[in-house]
Amino acid sequence: MTIKQLSIFVENKAGGLAEVTRTLYENNIDMRTLSIAETPDFGVLRAIVNDPEKTAAILTEAGYICKVTPVLAAEIEDRPGGLNKVLELLSENGINLEYTYAFVTRTADKAYMVLRPADNESAAQVLTNGGIRLVCADELFRL
Amino acid sequence: MEKYFQPEIECASQEQIKAWQDERLVKTVRRVYENVPYYRQRMEEKGITPDDIRSTADLHKLPFLTKDDLRDAYPYGLLATPLSDCVRIQSTSGTTGRRVVAFYTQHDIDLWDECCARAIVAAGGSKDDVVHVCYGYGLFTGGPGLNGGSHKVGSLTLPMSSGNTERQIQFMCDLGSTILCCTPSYAAYLAESIYERGVRDQIKLKAGIFGAEAWTEEMRQDIQDKLGIKAYDIYGLTEISGPGVSFECSEQTGMHINEDHFIAEIIDPNTGEVLPDGEKGELVFTSITKEAFPLIRYRTRDICILTRKKCSCGRTHVKMSKPMGRSDDMLIIKGVNVFPSQIETVLMNKGYPANYQIIVSREHNSDKLEVQVEMTPELFSDSVSEISKREKELIDALKAMLGIYAKVTLVAPKSITRSEGKAVRVIDNRNLY
Repeated sequence: MTIKQLSIFVENKAGGLAEVTRTLYENNIDMRTLSIAETPDFGVLRAIVNDPEKTAAILTEAGYICKVTPVLAAEIEDRPGGLNKVLELLSENGINLEYTYAFVTRTADKAYMVLRPADNESAAQVLTNGGIRLVCADELFRL
Repeated sequence: MEKYFQPEIECASQEQIKAWQDERLVKTVRRVYENVPYYRQRMEEKGITPDDIRSTADLHKLPFLTKDDLRDAYPYGLLATPLSDCVRIQSTSGTTGRRVVAFYTQHDIDLWDECCARAIVAAGGSKDDVVHVCYGYGLFTGGPGLNGGSHKVGSLTLPMSSGNTERQIQFMCDLGSTILCCTPSYAAYLAESIYERGVRDQIKLKAGIFGAEAWTEEMRQDIQDKLGIKAYDIYGLTEISGPGVSFECSEQTGMHINEDHFIAEIIDPNTGEVLPDGEKGELVFTSITKEAFPLIRYRTRDICILTRKKCSCGRTHVKMSKPMGRSDDMLIIKGVNVFPSQIETVLMNKGYPANYQIIVSREHNSDKLEVQVEMTPELFSDSVSEISKREKELIDALKAMLGIYAKVTLVAPKSITRSEGKAVRVIDNRNLY
C-alpha cells in the first residue's frame, strides 16, 4: 500500500530550487504535494508526482541526483486530532517516523499525510488495523 | 645587547663553520654508507663511495632524499644506530597512509635542545624567564623541542601544550609568562582573547617564538601590537630534528640556520641543480651531527632564499627567508601538514567521486579547511538524517587521516569546475606567501 515519492538533491544556492521546478514544468510534470528538508548546505525536495519513474529519468538526464522512495499516504479527518490519531498509533506501536508532510485537495474534504516510517510494512498494518485508510497513487491523482 | 646561547658557535667565522661542515659531512656520509643499506644502495646507484665525498664541495654528488624515501624506509630503514641506542621517536603530522617517524639518541635530543635554546636566547630568553610552551606535546616536535630548549637555557618552563585558552591565559597572568611559544595563528587568537578579557595589563610577555606554519609580516605586526611583544619566527621539520633548524634574531629579517648541524642548499626543484646564494629555490638539508636519523640531501619542498649578508645581531650562520611557497602541493593548516592526496584517499575509500575541491581560508587568524564533495546517487537519500550520518562519517574519516577537523560541504553533481589540464583541487584564500 505504498506510493512512490521522488526525492531530489538541491544545492543551497540562489535559484537552486527554481532550476528543478523549471525542469519539471518544461516536462509537464504534475505535482500533488511537496516538502523540503533543508540543512545549511543543501536541501532535499520531496515530491509526489504523477509519474515518479519517468520524472526521475528526466531529472537524472538533466544532471540531478534523485531517488524514488516508497512512502505511505494516509487519509485523515481535516479537523483537530486528525493527525494526532495517526501519530499516536505509530507511537503506541514503537514505529519511528523519519518525516511527514500534509496536503489537502480541492475536491475531497479530507486531509492527507505523507508518512515515511522506519518500516513501511508494519506501519501500514498498524494504521490499517487502527482504522486509518491508506491511499494509493492512482487515487491521489484523481482527488 | 645581543645575547647568544653558544657564542663561539653562533658567531664563528665562515672558515670555522666550513671546517666543521667538511669534517662532519665526510664522517656522516661514511657512517650512513656503512650502517644504512638504503643509503649505500642509493650511492651505489650513483656510482659513488664515501671516498668521493671529501668536503662540502662534493655534496652535490650525493643523491637527494625525499619524503617518499622516508615512507619507503618506514619505520627502521634509515636508522643509522642500533635501535637500542635510541631514546625517542617523533612523527610528522598527517601522511598518506604511512607516517614518517624520526629517531633520536640522547645525544640527538641534546643537540636539538641546544638548537632551540639558541632560538630562545636570540628572542631575549635567559634563566630568569618563564617560557610558556603551547605547541602540542606528543609526537609533534613543537612542544618537546621548545620544552627542551627552555630547559637548556634554564628558564622556568610551562609545558602547557595546546588548547584550553582559558587556562593558558590564567597561567600567563598568575605565573608571569615572559616568552610565548606556539603557532602564530594561536598567538593571534590568544592576543584577541587576552584583549577581550581585558587582562592585557596582567600579562608580562616580552617575546614570542612562533613557527610550524606560514605567517605574514602583517600578522607579525598585529601580534606584536596586540601583545606588546617582539615576535620571532622559528623553522624546523621533524625529519631534520624539529623546531630550531633555524631561528630569527633581533634583526627579524630571516632565520639563521644552525650550520654546525645542518648544511643547507638551494636547488632548482625541477632540475635538482644547486643554485647560488640569493636565488630562490627549494631548500635541501643535510644533517651532519645526527646519530640515529641523519638525512642526506633531504628535499624540504619549501621554497626560499639563502643569504650570507652580514647580520647586525653578530651571528654568522647563513639566513633563510620565510618559506615563500612549496614545490609540492602540501598545505600547512593549523600547523598540520595536509596533502590533497590524503583527502582524495579518504573520499575514494568512502565511495565519493574524485571530483572534489579543498578550500582553505583564515578567519580571525585561524585556519579553516573545507572539502567540497559532489553528491552521488549512491550517497543520496530522501532522509536528511541519513545524509548527515554519511557526512559525519566522512568528517570523522578525514579527521582520522589528517588529525584536524574539515568541514564537509555536499554540492550538486558536476558543480565543481572541471579543468582541461591539471585539476584545480586546492583554493587557498589565505594569501600566505
